[in-house]
Amino acid sequence: METKAISVEQLNFAYAGGEDTPTVQVFENLDFSVEEGSFVAVLGRNGCGKSTLAKHFNAILLPSGGKVSVFSMDTSDEDALLDIRKCVGMVFQNPDNQIISNVVEEDVAFAPENLGIPRDEIRRRVDEALEIVGMTKYKNHAPHLLSGGQKQRIAIAGVIAMRPKCIVLDEPTAMLDPRGRREVMETIRRLNEESKITVVLITHHMAEAALADRVVVMEHGNILADGTPKEVFSQVQRLKDARLTVPETTQLLYELNQNGYDFSLDSLSVEECAQAIYKTFA
Amino acid sequence: MLKDITLGQYFPGNSVIHRLDPRTKLLLVVVYIVALFTAKWFVSYALVLLCLIVIIGISGVKPRTILKSLKPLLFIILFTGILNLFYTEGKTLVSFWISTITYEGLTRAFFMILRISLLVTGTFMLTYTTSPVSLTDGMESLLRPLRHLHIPVHELSMMMCIALRFIPTLTQETDKIISAQKARGADFESGNLVARAKALVPILVPLFISSFRRADELATAMECRCYHGGEGRTKLKQLQYRARDAVAFFLGAIVLASVILLRIFGL
Ligand SMILES: Nc1ncnc2c1ncn2[C@@H]1O[C@H](COP(=O)(O)OP(=O)(O)OP(=O)(O)O)[C@@H](O)[C@H]1O
Ligand SMILES: [Mg+2]
Repeated sequence: METKAISVEQLNFAYAGGEDTPTVQVFENLDFSVEEGSFVAVLGRNGCGKSTLAKHFNAILLPSGGKVSVFSMDTSDEDALLDIRKCVGMVFQNPDNQIISNVVEEDVAFAPENLGIPRDEIRRRVDEALEIVGMTKYKNHAPHLLSGGQKQRIAIAGVIAMRPKCIVLDEPTAMLDPRGRREVMETIRRLNEESKITVVLITHHMAEAALADRVVVMEHGNILADGTPKEVFSQVQRLKDARLTVPETTQLLYELNQNGYDFSLDSLSVEECAQAIYKTFA
Repeated sequence: MLKDITLGQYFPGNSVIHRLDPRTKLLLVVVYIVALFTAKWFVSYALVLLCLIVIIGISGVKPRTILKSLKPLLFIILFTGILNLFYTEGKTLVSFWISTITYEGLTRAFFMILRISLLVTGTFMLTYTTSPVSLTDGMESLLRPLRHLHIPVHELSMMMCIALRFIPTLTQETDKIISAQKARGADFESGNLVARAKALVPILVPLFISSFRRADELATAMECRCYHGGEGRTKLKQLQYRARDAVAFFLGAIVLASVILLRIFGL
């Protein structure tokens, strides 16, 4: 059997309520899996359970029913906890709340230090991780003086230093300006293509999702659509019903179709879209 | 205004002072404080001051930064000085209305101001030239024997490291909240003390709430990076005493001995 990077079977999960908060049932019998080496984007409205799902991938949350396994390790196996977290790195939205040291390289060294790795090896990993995210120049800087995009790349380096097989990023670009967003997306793509790391990217930006191999759309703890970006984004009506937008190019073609044209909706890049329109009108 | 607070800030550099072992620096700060409190008269104060100036010179920290760090403390420094100036018994120098300034008061006020400034600057030099991580490593290593008394040394030093890391972040955030509240018409500058204290509430409440959220996220991020307490942890930068530390200890000892001698001779 081919090993899946992440496999979720019949997942049930609820946030337990308190005295004046109701119990929130997030997942009921959810099935989901991620192939090793792929780049999966997860989309969905606020509160549909994306972050909750992500937190199951490295045992921050444990299923109340069903099973989550990563690289054939069951996340509820306590003895494998460190191995699981080492395998599946996680990057969050706000870089300020993930950086624990005042010096960039010391922050990147945090995870390997926790893993008890010998000093020379930590040095190697830190240098390598900073090289991959292109922040070597800043290794002695104070993180709070860096830009948002740079900080987020440091957070990514801090995770890569564990040499994970998979990285889960929960809206890593949500707090960044367009430039920072580009820097981070570029880094993520390189990790997937060059370092062959499996990437799960949770995002609200359709343009970012379009870069993935596979797009998964969630709604109320269920999977609404799943497939290549072209397959998913061409289901415009369905996405709109789930109150999600589609990439601008698809939106344009969709609206042209509403006015009597007949474009296929699978032209995602601006170039392809322009070609499609050109062919029809020429 | 909050940008002036340089408390706990680290200025990266590559001077000898920066490269000294953090344990050496921590112990020498203790030596420095003892020397400062032993100093009694101009000569010994001058010696301590000279040491500090030499250290600042070598470290390459800008004198302007030092002066800036004293600014928030100006009030306390002056207040202590003035108290000493007016409330010391002794030979009258000048006297007007109900207050008298004595010769003893004048010298005492002078030494008091000097002492506080030297104390603050000296201890600040420690954090200016030592990265929080190595500072806490140093503390952890010096306090390690206390583990036998079941004191959670690693956890304490981790807390300190994180506290130092978040000072600039929280300062920036406070500035933002102040601006946001000002934009909503909040007034922080007028009114009596009570009114001003009340005006702080709309700053502190959001600051607290956001700090708790940050703490929660940070804890999750640390867990994601395999943090599981101090057990079995290794270090990127292992602490190691070197020749320069021996030299520093030696110089520290000489200074302390000189100050003690000067005190015996009443200088
Ligand atoms: N700690 C918690 N306690 C109770 N309920 C929670 C908690 N965290 C999330 N929820 C609830 O669980 C549901 C799913 O939340 P989740 O954070 O996974 O959504 P999301 O898809 O990540 O949303 P967003 O796009 O806003 O990040 C929401 O209804 C939310 O209110
Ligand atoms: Mg979320």
